[in-house]
Amino acid sequence: MDKILVANRGEIALRIIRTCQRLGIGTVAVYSEADSDMPFVKEADEAFLLGPAQVQQSYLQADVIIDIALQNGVDAIHPGYGLLSENAEFVRKVQQAGIAFIGPDADTIDQMGDKIGSRVTMQAAGVPVVPGTDEGIASLDEAVQAAQDIGYPVMLKASAGGGGIGMVRCEDEQALGQHFQSVKSRAKAYFGDDVVFLEKFIADARHIEVQVFGDHAGNVVHLFERNCSVQRRNQKVIEESPSPHLPQEAKDRLYQAAVDAAKAVAYKNAGTVEFIVDNNNDIYFLEMNTRLQVEHPVTEQVTGYDLVEWQIEVAKGNELPVKSQAAITSTGHAIEFRIYAEDPVKFMPSPGAITKLDWGDTTGVRIDSGYVEGGKVTPFYDPLISKVIVHAPTRSEAIERSKAFLSQVGVVGLKTNIPFFDKFLASEDFLAGDYSTAVLATWFEKQKGETIK
Amino acid sequence: MTQVKSTMAGTVFTVNVAEGEEVTAGQVVIVLESMKMEIPVEAEVAGKVTSINVQVSDFVNEEDVLLTIEA
Repeated sequence: MDKILVANRGEIALRIIRTCQRLGIGTVAVYSEADSDMPFVKEADEAFLLGPAQVQQSYLQADVIIDIALQNGVDAIHPGYGLLSENAEFVRKVQQAGIAFIGPDADTIDQMGDKIGSRVTMQAAGVPVVPGTDEGIASLDEAVQAAQDIGYPVMLKASAGGGGIGMVRCEDEQALGQHFQSVKSRAKAYFGDDVVFLEKFIADARHIEVQVFGDHAGNVVHLFERNCSVQRRNQKVIEESPSPHLPQEAKDRLYQAAVDAAKAVAYKNAGTVEFIVDNNNDIYFLEMNTRLQVEHPVTEQVTGYDLVEWQIEVAKGNELPVKSQAAITSTGHAIEFRIYAEDPVKFMPSPGAITKLDWGDTTGVRIDSGYVEGGKVTPFYDPLISKVIVHAPTRSEAIERSKAFLSQVGVVGLKTNIPFFDKFLASEDFLAGDYSTAVLATWFEKQKGETIK
Repeated sequence: MTQVKSTMAGTVFTVNVAEGEEVTAGQVVIVLESMKMEIPVEAEVAGKVTSINVQVSDFVNEEDVLLTIEA
């Protein structure tokens, strides 16, 4: 594999390009008109303009991207996350063009992208799933009946949904009635498929996921867990590994379930099995993400492996770089902060130009940034500016280092959520570590009337 | 006449009202999509929608007038 095209943008494109550089592999970037000055475009060996800013006219132009790859001697395409990364049709087209796709098979993506179907597959493999419906729900009457059987509160979800879009928590029949049609129409608009289903909403749950890796020889290993419980609007802001306050016995059950899940679909390349863990430490399969995730650096910091390098090895047809589960170890504690261009109080997006970006003293801190000073965060893409990953021997040392680091970062020109982190990192809820996905909502209630500056 | 303006740059995701329709204060009249989030835009006053300036998938800038309401 001599040349890889990165079909993505921002920090993930740059992060993939850097691994390729280290491995001596040539890189091709593709970009939109809005991104022509971005670091990932400058750092790639070659770069090609796709089209206007809107993703439909640029980053989602599968045929244009494949043409560029064909005309420029590209051996493989890395899709990053989001955009075309879980588009099975794209994977098939890439492979039909004789180019390797750095990710799982198209059939696996289809299978796991259908959340109802994956529930059924996992149950058959003996993996516990959240109580819910195993078929699509056609009418509100059906939904009301199913919700009564499951018990409120329920989560109404799009079977094809993802990334926090297309799901609503319903406390009662009235809420279900209010949201049923809108979730269906949003599912249709976003994912082209209006099938919805219901799952029991598990209160005080922690959201814990396990990184897995498989190869063509049938080897499957896990690379431990990530705790993803600090979320706003079902989207994550802080991830950490290992998960605080989870007994080893429960972790072992999670790892086994994750490996079973990956083996059940003969999983190849990097994937993540997401679970809900309730306050009895009972675990429930939620979904499997068939891509490299935003928060994968947390796993890289504790295991010491470069997951993009592993992805490339598997895509070449090689076996996993480490096949023995016992040889994979986790050391210390890592926390990732997603620095977003957004208002730190209401979490509303705040696009604009970054007139100053000064990270200060970065000793012991990994920064995966898509932007540099002078860059512009446009409203066309997600608001992620950079990821900050802090790794230390213990959780409390990691938190102390995070506080010291984040408090001295200087960003001017747009609003970011750094002031939120400064406050939240001092909160008892986070320090205790025994928090659920409701931690932010609870914390906000306590903050009412106070100002975040 | 009250103008309902876009709170940020983005794409119009849904238009929830029609011209001539009565709306209440706080009602979500338009949903924008910006930076992969759905941004609801509310009517600040109650009244009748007299004109709608945008349609689904239009790109709007912050402060663009989306629709007008006559109280």
